[in-house]
Amino acid sequence: MNRKYLAVAPLLVFACVCVFLYLGLFANPREIQTGRLGQQMPEFSLPDLMQDNKQWTDASLKGDVYLLNVWGTWCPTCLAELGYLTKLREQGVKIIGLYYVQGYDADFDGAFDIQALRDEVNDMLQRAGNPYQSNILDLHRTLSLDLGVSGAPETFLVDKNGTILLHHTGDINPRVWRAKFAPKIQELK
Amino acid sequence: MKWLLVTLSLFISVSTLAQTDRYVFENNEQAIRFEELTKELRCPKCQNQNIADSDAVVAKDLRDKVLELVKQGKTKDEVIDYMIDRYGYFVHYEPPVTPATLVLWVLPVLIVIVGFGFIVIRQRKASIKQSWSPEDEALLTKLILQNKRQEHS
Repeated sequence: MNRKYLAVAPLLVFACVCVFLYLGLFANPREIQTGRLGQQMPEFSLPDLMQDNKQWTDASLKGDVYLLNVWGTWCPTCLAELGYLTKLREQGVKIIGLYYVQGYDADFDGAFDIQALRDEVNDMLQRAGNPYQSNILDLHRTLSLDLGVSGAPETFLVDKNGTILLHHTGDINPRVWRAKFAPKIQELK
Repeated sequence: MKWLLVTLSLFISVSTLAQTDRYVFENNEQAIRFEELTKELRCPKCQNQNIADSDAVVAKDLRDKVLELVKQGKTKDEVIDYMIDRYGYFVHYEPPVTPATLVLWVLPVLIVIVGFGFIVIRQRKASIKQSWSPEDEALLTKLILQNKRQEHS
């Protein structure tokens, strides 16, 4: 009797390994969740990308449910999702852009050429669609670091009270929207 | 001979120009802490590198942040907690013991225990003394003879 069980053991171990590896096929190592989930937006004070004398703070963003979309003109995936995000804006979703400046270093690059960046952004948004109500310029990536952003595109869902509900790394497409964002937004209504 | 000297001098100049470290610390303790931390923190972008090795923008930002915090006199645990607050447990190469990660810590120990248990049980079984009667002896002799005959034929 005992011997019979022992004979099955290797098969059992093999089956366990199979299940483990099979699940691994569908695991996405890029799907990293920020440590900020369920917490308030971190405190910040950053300039607007397009207007000179406008400052954004965590307090000034409160009051609406919105998506915070981390992006940059240097990022091809961001360009790819602009079209779908613009559709979402037309459906009434409020989207705030957090412009992630890639690799600007004040010690080496000198003064930052904001006008060149604005031209570049305007050009791209005119071609691909503009989903953004406003854009926040994160020149030194301080808010990005506080949010646990590792690159672009990344998107956060923030509720009226400024609580971070969702974090998505990678592009937003109809599939992601249906599976991840739409149910959560439905809950909020 | 002249060319040999020129060639040799090239090597010397290269090694003297080589930079040792671009980070400056107040004391040695901070330098050690910075080095330990950048090796222990994982780059969230290029996932199998620590932030000391990685050239990703985010890794550089994290290095600068670690430098800033270390210079403020933060302890190692404080810096690690600061990063985990933002990037989750993913950012630290030593996962904490939680129900989800318990299997990582328990499984290796379990495998060793089960393996040794298996060996011990087998050993015991093998060392049990077996009875040996004259009938068995006769059967053995008969079997040996049978097999011998088969070999000859």
